[in-house]
Amino acid sequence: MTAASFPAAPAGTTITVHPLTVRITHWVNALAIFIMIGSGWRIWNSSPIFDYYFPLSVTVGGDPAASQDLHNETGLASALQWHFAAMWLLVINGIIYFSYGLLSGHFRHALFPVTPRAVLRDAFAALRFRLPHHLGVYNAVQKTLYLGVLAVGVIMVLSGLAIWKPGQFQELAFLFGDFDTARLVHFLGMSAIVLFLLVHISLVIIVPRTLPTMFTGRARVHGDDMHAA
Amino acid sequence: MRPKATTGMLRNSEAARLVERRAFLRGGLSLGALTLLTGCDVTHTDEVQAVLDRVSRWNDRVQAALFNPRRLMPTYSEAEAVKDFRYNAYFGEDKVPKIDGGTYKLILSGLVESRRPWTLSELYSLPQVSQITRHVCVEGWSMIGKWTGVPFRAFLERIGADLTAKYVGFECADGYYSSIDMASALHPQTLMTFKISDEILAPKYGYPLKLRIPTKLGFKNPKWITAMYVTNRFPGGFWEDRGYNWFAGV
Repeated sequence: MTAASFPAAPAGTTITVHPLTVRITHWVNALAIFIMIGSGWRIWNSSPIFDYYFPLSVTVGGDPAASQDLHNETGLASALQWHFAAMWLLVINGIIYFSYGLLSGHFRHALFPVTPRAVLRDAFAALRFRLPHHLGVYNAVQKTLYLGVLAVGVIMVLSGLAIWKPGQFQELAFLFGDFDTARLVHFLGMSAIVLFLLVHISLVIIVPRTLPTMFTGRARVHGDDMHAA
Repeated sequence: MRPKATTGMLRNSEAARLVERRAFLRGGLSLGALTLLTGCDVTHTDEVQAVLDRVSRWNDRVQAALFNPRRLMPTYSEAEAVKDFRYNAYFGEDKVPKIDGGTYKLILSGLVESRRPWTLSELYSLPQVSQITRHVCVEGWSMIGKWTGVPFRAFLERIGADLTAKYVGFECADGYYSSIDMASALHPQTLMTFKISDEILAPKYGYPLKLRIPTKLGFKNPKWITAMYVTNRFPGGFWEDRGYNWFAGV
């Protein structure tokens, strides 16, 4: 970690960790991702690539019992409606986030630089439980995970477009191989995002004071934030 | 991230507190929404359903704008075409309509000059083409097949259909019904098909007449067609009225 990115505020003061745009887009994205994954699982169930079905109770998209009563299907139609509504929320919010990240310098400050050496160093430190938490500064492992999940997000939108329009966007579908491989990529991308979320949420549980910061944007500087290095 | 120089000053102002509270409330609302969404009753209220239906209509318009009437869907080689195509309907194979080709008549109505019904032999006498395309199901599976029939555009021109009308609707022997936009109906790969895998459609594949429209999802390819009409009034469809997106373009 470079000295320039280290918070220079004295202990006891409050600093802004997350800009307002990042906080708003974070929570809108959380809602959109939740709907996309939940409804995606139900859509998957109607024709799974692998012999695995997601329990209907953890899927999103209307009341399956009502769908069963009304038209003899377990809610695929409504899950599709949720999926293709939340996609607008996801994409518009994503465009705002990426534009802000690129134009404001947020990406440059928060996610770069990240070198393989730093990743290895921080990963080893984390495994020995000796990776300190620096308020408002991401360690190299975090940076890698955030950059990785953003890249997966882009792949999810592209593979999603290829599945939605394998005809009109046939070049895009061809980029993934064909319709079936685009579906596979879309599924694997979802799996990667779910794995990321498991780590992401686990870390919030381990360091709970990061949660209110994601709402207020601000955090109090502790003594140990300063000394750990 | 570097601390902002103004933070200390803003922290004490009333405005900053309001912003903070609002941000917290907003976060709380989305968290609340997350927990509510898993409940079945919330996602199926009339209000929520009305919003979803409106978004689906919006998606119809977006897809109509994305639709390129000259863009051909990918075609495949004979070797890639599945010979034993999957049977698919909302009922079991034992309930497949059995239609007598000898007495069959295709009923025409709506905005067409000639509403005279067509017999099967009259339909067979029209020039036919074959194509090998991918059938994409709304459920996610897909299958490449070979279909043979009359380009739908040629038939619509033949019967003097109003090609400026908005929709073409279909009614089927099994009670199924569907409709497509005129632009997709006129697409060069849209066929009134009589054959699959070089053989006359078996009853389970829609004998005697199926619409093969590779620019749309499978459920927009009605089988056992007995009547078709041209209209400016939105006709809907069997699955479309049950929540599937109407345009359903691929």
